[in-house]
Amino acid sequence: MIEAALDDAGLTISDVDGICHANSSMALAEYLGVHPRFTDSTSTGGSSFEVHAEHAAAAIAAGLAEVVVSVYAATPQGDRRRSGQRRGGGGGRPFMMAGPNPQAEWEMPYGLRQPMGPYAMAATRHMAQFGTTPEQLAQIAVSTRAWASLNPKARYRDPITVDEVLSSPLQCSPLHLLDCCLVTDGAGAWVMTSAERSADLAKPPVFILGAGTCHDHQMISQMPDLTTTAGVISGANAFAMAGIKPDDVDLLMGYDSFTITALLHLEDLGFCPKGEGGRFVEDGRTAPGGSLPMNTNGGGLSYTHPGMYGMFLIVEAVRQLRGEAGARQLDSPEIAVAHGSGGVLSCMSTLVLGTEAAR
Amino acid sequence: MTTFPESPTRPQPPGSEAAAPFWEATRRRQLVYQWCTMCRQPVFFPREVCPRCLRSSLEWRESSGRGTVYTFSNVHRPQMPNFILPAPYTVALVDLEEGVRMMSNVVNCDPATVTVGMAVKVTWEALEDGRNLPLFEPA
Repeated sequence: MIEAALDDAGLTISDVDGICHANSSMALAEYLGVHPRFTDSTSTGGSSFEVHAEHAAAAIAAGLAEVVVSVYAATPQGDRRRSGQRRGGGGGRPFMMAGPNPQAEWEMPYGLRQPMGPYAMAATRHMAQFGTTPEQLAQIAVSTRAWASLNPKARYRDPITVDEVLSSPLQCSPLHLLDCCLVTDGAGAWVMTSAERSADLAKPPVFILGAGTCHDHQMISQMPDLTTTAGVISGANAFAMAGIKPDDVDLLMGYDSFTITALLHLEDLGFCPKGEGGRFVEDGRTAPGGSLPMNTNGGGLSYTHPGMYGMFLIVEAVRQLRGEAGARQLDSPEIAVAHGSGGVLSCMSTLVLGTEAAR
Repeated sequence: MTTFPESPTRPQPPGSEAAAPFWEATRRRQLVYQWCTMCRQPVFFPREVCPRCLRSSLEWRESSGRGTVYTFSNVHRPQMPNFILPAPYTVALVDLEEGVRMMSNVVNCDPATVTVGMAVKVTWEALEDGRNLPLFEPA
């Protein structure tokens, strides 16, 4: 995967002097035989790769590195098949922790399914506070599946209806099976270098116009407000750095671990007011042909979700901005947002990406 | 092949050092929480220092055990097949009167009747080592 990304950029492994990995950049660099002068093992779950990009951009700007790669690969589906583990059985390891384990003491005794349960709690609260309906959440799955039907690599491509989402089995109320992301195998990688260095490389570069990160809890029981994520902060900072407003965004790649996750991003990034996410999506506004294309690869809901999906947000944003998205290609997009969500709505990291014309 | 014990179980919470007074109080079926005497605010989960001022100016206070459901989910497909409560069961975040939010189960009612804002009060389930686990039921 790293080789494919380097080939795509017109670079080789010997050009790489920065390594990012969500588990161990040391282990990855050793395996690749790289002795990096910039290293980043930041692990914020699914948003790790947006955080890596933010750090790498800063490092390159500061002269700490010239060519940085980040990679992600996981095979939970294959692992489960090989181990004969039943679906949903014991798959929810608690988030990695060293030392004290407050989750074991204050959450795990109560049998909340992880990571689905915390998102279900957010959905329950959003419904009670703002009148959001199960149908509105289901529409996000329906719109995303419509995008997936245009992506030959998507795991699920057959169109679905709101009724089908609502009649799929309840997992953790109010979330149904089709409100939930997939468990698939998958891998992705990105390569970042300076604008100067990119000028004579193989492909037209995509530029990082802005970046922002914020986390406000690890455990769901410590989240200040289950209807508002730290994306309010990460998004505002990234948009301000890029000098853009939500109206300027041609594509939103918003981490859709669950339908509620994507809905919260729409509100917290300012695409609609807080509480209005349900009404915003209900007419298919984020589907093909809608005014805000969202998750054009088919998302975590229908394309792929190996566990930490944030890498694929960046990959799809870059493909769209380069005009390489095939049947699902948008009409000359210039600005895309890749908004990663890690943990249980815990760590939000927002990248504003753009073409040369958007600089 | 993963195997599970036959009888229904509940994951037993470890007792951290900072929370020792909390767990001791549960042996007497008392629900206690920390209060920062500098910041004049409740602190939960129990810590060595206040997360606002980082001082060890924490004292223990007893909760009335009354609160409301902030949010919840009814778990229809449990992760743990032998969990002590039969599915569907309710996992909630409960806001205690004193300003503390904690995760727990709402029991002794039909999960379908649990609502956001519902009034609840503490009830206790025995743990294996003599401590008790705070659960909640309709008030």
